[in-house]
Amino acid sequence: MGLPVGLGYFSVSFGFGAMAVSQGIRALDATLISAVNLTSAGQFAGLTLIVAMGSLWEMVMTQIVINSRYSLMSLALAQRMGQRIGFLPRLLIAFFNTDEIFALAMADPEPLTVPYLLGLGLLPFLGWTGGTLAGGLAGSALPADIRAALGVMLYGMFIAIVIPPAKQEKAVLVTVILALICSCVFHWADGLKTVSVGVSIVICTVAAAGAAAICFPVEPEEES
Amino acid sequence: MSIYTYIFVMALTTYLIRVIPMTLFRRPLKSRFLRSFLHYVPYACLTAMTFPAILESTASRYSGAAALVLAVFLAYRGKSLLTVSLAASGIVILMEQGMKLFALF
Repeated sequence: MGLPVGLGYFSVSFGFGAMAVSQGIRALDATLISAVNLTSAGQFAGLTLIVAMGSLWEMVMTQIVINSRYSLMSLALAQRMGQRIGFLPRLLIAFFNTDEIFALAMADPEPLTVPYLLGLGLLPFLGWTGGTLAGGLAGSALPADIRAALGVMLYGMFIAIVIPPAKQEKAVLVTVILALICSCVFHWADGLKTVSVGVSIVICTVAAAGAAAICFPVEPEEES
Repeated sequence: MSIYTYIFVMALTTYLIRVIPMTLFRRPLKSRFLRSFLHYVPYACLTAMTFPAILESTASRYSGAAALVLAVFLAYRGKSLLTVSLAASGIVILMEQGMKLFALF
């Protein structure tokens, strides 16, 4: 069941690997990042900070904001698991909690078991880590412009995640537009150009999601 | 600073975000604001990371812009994640190779 997710992860992390080596990170280091993080957006922002030699404090803040959604997913998953699953397996299962694995686990009507949850996480983990290694190695052998082009896959994925719900839900569209404006201001306004990428992502995320949460609070049944 | 320090801090932060709610707080979030905020975070953050960075990620601004337009169009038409990513990357390669050829003449 984790197979389609594993294949999807492989191709996207191939782009991550290629992008990382194009920015001067070694293929094996990029693979290590994927193996210990297992998160697309967080890793991508982390890579930007490593390349820009940002501060560790900035790294912590960026990861907290970008990955804050996982805390909600972990909460929801913890409730589905009930009391049957103990503390130690939870320590392991938490590591595999990504957007897609969470979606699969929540969609399954059967009671969740430890072997099931770990099995569900295995192929996506292998796909994500293996894809990064393959992308990193292939990227090292390719000219710089091709490497950069492969890195664009990651942006393609982000766009594919954002656009369909923005088309359906007005609140998401507003969130996207606010984040877009904020991000452009930080990029092009004089005086704000010195603000690092990590900080501007954090500010734009908090501002846009905060404004949307005030204007369009979600109903209890439509939370995801 | 060593890259491994960065990777360690990044992985530890990410893991704590996932593990704390799963082990310690097992009750649902009461605050409606917080739940709504977390619902919108992925969209805000992915947008802020993509634009305008995509324009500067490739050798030429034009190929980055073309990738953006194509990806938004395909995603709007409901194409899969993989199709959108491959198309974005494909058009960049095509345009840049095309521009190289063009520059020869």
